[in-house]
Amino acid sequence: MNSSNRSQFVYVIFIRTTPAKLWQALTEPHFIRQYWFDMTIDSAWKKGSPWKMSFPDGRPSDTGEILEIDPPRRMVIRWQNVWKPELEAEGPSRCTIELEPVEKAVKLTVTHEIERPESKLITAVSGGWPLVLSNLKSLLETAEVALTSHPTR
Amino acid sequence: MSDADLLFKALADPGRRKLMDRLHAHDGQTLTELCQHLDMTRQGVTQHLALLEAANLVAIKWRGREKLHFLNPVPLQEIYDRWIRKFERPRLKALRDLKRRLEDDGDD
Repeated sequence: MNSSNRSQFVYVIFIRTTPAKLWQALTEPHFIRQYWFDMTIDSAWKKGSPWKMSFPDGRPSDTGEILEIDPPRRMVIRWQNVWKPELEAEGPSRCTIELEPVEKAVKLTVTHEIERPESKLITAVSGGWPLVLSNLKSLLETAEVALTSHPTR
Repeated sequence: MSDADLLFKALADPGRRKLMDRLHAHDGQTLTELCQHLDMTRQGVTQHLALLEAANLVAIKWRGREKLHFLNPVPLQEIYDRWIRKFERPRLKALRDLKRRLEDDGDD
């Protein structure tokens, strides 16, 4: 997070897989559930498509829209929290996911940002992403997940 | 050198850990900003940042011609999964056993 007018983080992970397999893991619900602590993501994954993340019981956690998409290289999602009032009040954030092939792996970069300083939303999502990325890496590299339940839920 | 070796080597240096703390406090700094409040030469900071970047502990974003450095905690999560979490289980089991013994004694 920075103290200019923007709150932002940039996370990078290298996963020994192909861009096509990683893209599939990022966009197909039966994959997502396995590494994202049973959350589901609904979207048609086209520019302008609605995007929604939900808890296992079906309650939505975050909603938004696909702002840009270029399979299997890049997607930009408008990401608005809808389950916690103080996070919802901050308005929409922007999440950019980029895939870059490197040698025998893929460099996955997640940038999550919002145009306001000291954002509680960015703080909240910054705690979850490393766990999700670590699980995703385990899933694609070893067909297991390191963590089966989110430690704080 | 393996990825794990490079990661632990990056963390082993106190100057590099200080840089990570600075980025944790204020993320997205340029080289010049990072040099300002540290008692290190510009060249020293440059070399540290290069190693941190190679170990994937620092991610780079360009803003025009400015190179911004972001702390990437993902490898630390991987260290936690590989080297800390798996060693916690025996301690938790010992705590559970103690709790059970204490609760059984309380029934007398």
